Amino acid sequence: MVRVVISNSIRFLLLMATQVFLLKNIGYYNLSVPYLYILFILVLPFGIPNTLLFLLAFFTGLTIDFYYDSLGLNAAACTIMAFVRIIFINLTVQRDGFDNEPEPSLGIMGFQWFIFYAFILTFSHHFILFTFENFKFSEFGYTLIRILMSTLFTVSLMLITEFAFFQKKLR
Amino acid sequence: MRNLWLFIGKYNAFFLLIIFFTISLILLVKHNSFQRARVWNSSNQLVGQSYEQVNEINSYLKLGKINDSLAAENAKLRNQLATSFSSDSIKQVAVRDTTLKQQYTYTVARVINNSVHQKNNYLTINRGSKHGISKGMGVTSAKGIVGIVLNVNENFSTIRSLLHSETKVSANVNGSIGSLVWGEGNYDPRFAYLKDIQSHLSIKKGNRVVTSEFSMFPEGTAIGYVAATRTREGDNSLDIKIKLNTDFATLEYVYVINNILSAQQLSLEAQNKIE
Repeated sequence: MVRVVISNSIRFLLLMATQVFLLKNIGYYNLSVPYLYILFILVLPFGIPNTLLFLLAFFTGLTIDFYYDSLGLNAAACTIMAFVRIIFINLTVQRDGFDNEPEPSLGIMGFQWFIFYAFILTFSHHFILFTFENFKFSEFGYTLIRILMSTLFTVSLMLITEFAFFQKKLR
Repeated sequence: MRNLWLFIGKYNAFFLLIIFFTISLILLVKHNSFQRARVWNSSNQLVGQSYEQVNEINSYLKLGKINDSLAAENAKLRNQLATSFSSDSIKQVAVRDTTLKQQYTYTVARVINNSVHQKNNYLTINRGSKHGISKGMGVTSAKGIVGIVLNVNENFSTIRSLLHSETKVSANVNGSIGSLVWGEGNYDPRFAYLKDIQSHLSIKKGNRVVTSEFSMFPEGTAIGYVAATRTREGDNSLDIKIKLNTDFATLEYVYVINNILSAQQLSLEAQNKIE
């Protein structure tokens, strides 16, 4: 339990630092912007209570918002993503039979499941993020392209990260 | 109450979503000037659009009134046209434009009954003796002549349309005067025939046809233009087909012309008959 908290805290700090100090300056113009920090919410353990998940998602988003000067924007997107995560995991994963509080990571869940999971969650996050950033229905086509391009960017960064810290575990 | 708590506990993810999402949105709108401006703007836009739409409907409902007022204004303006005035002084006197006196007045009327497909066509208008209409007055539309007032009662008048076998209007084409008729094998409401024009005169397609000074219309009122000419067999006059300016099928507003001097003219001419 303590190990899980510590490892997640370290992951949180690392992802935040990467996001704020490195990825904030990276992007293909305005069209494709990576938001890798949401990987933290993606790989939180399966057994986490909903309340804690929402709190963590909200405050993760809020922390990013402080750096991005967009108070509430990332928080909203992360909250939606947390909800999508709960639904997705309820639908695709058998809840019982977890030992050792495993995480929905690439090594544990397998490539196919993880890429699907990452894509759906990233898309929901980016969808809320970009539409609320734009905050109008005009230019919706452009916003949609931004969402898709950014989703591809973020998901590929997630896969690279997951492969870099690959841990083969048996489920 | 317990059931409510159970319900909320069972679907806690959804309620948590609503709570946190609302908090985020409040933060977003409160602390970001762009989003705040957008919220106000779009609500203003929504209100503005609904007002605009209601306005549009309102103006549509008022169209009838606006039409009437515009037609009345037209009649007023026609009263001031130069062709509505006649010279009152003797022609030899050099100064005559300053002494113009009104000869024609126009009364606007709405066509309430109309026919174009009969052999003899009549119109009914919503003006009568109460409005100063009397028998024999000329009627025009904005584009050209329409007909002659036939019968009048207090509130309505019937008009013998130009599309009537007995209507004859003295018309002028290129300075030569003929008689405009309709019927006699031509029942197309778009065309009429001009008779009694000598065949040696050069009348070309497209020439303007206007009323002559012998008609009850002001001299020079538009009728139409020459569509085709044809020499008549065994006669030295031309048959001139005229495309009428007035579209009789869609007549809405007409103007009744009152020739103020016609009474004097008629009484004088009546004396000739007695003698």
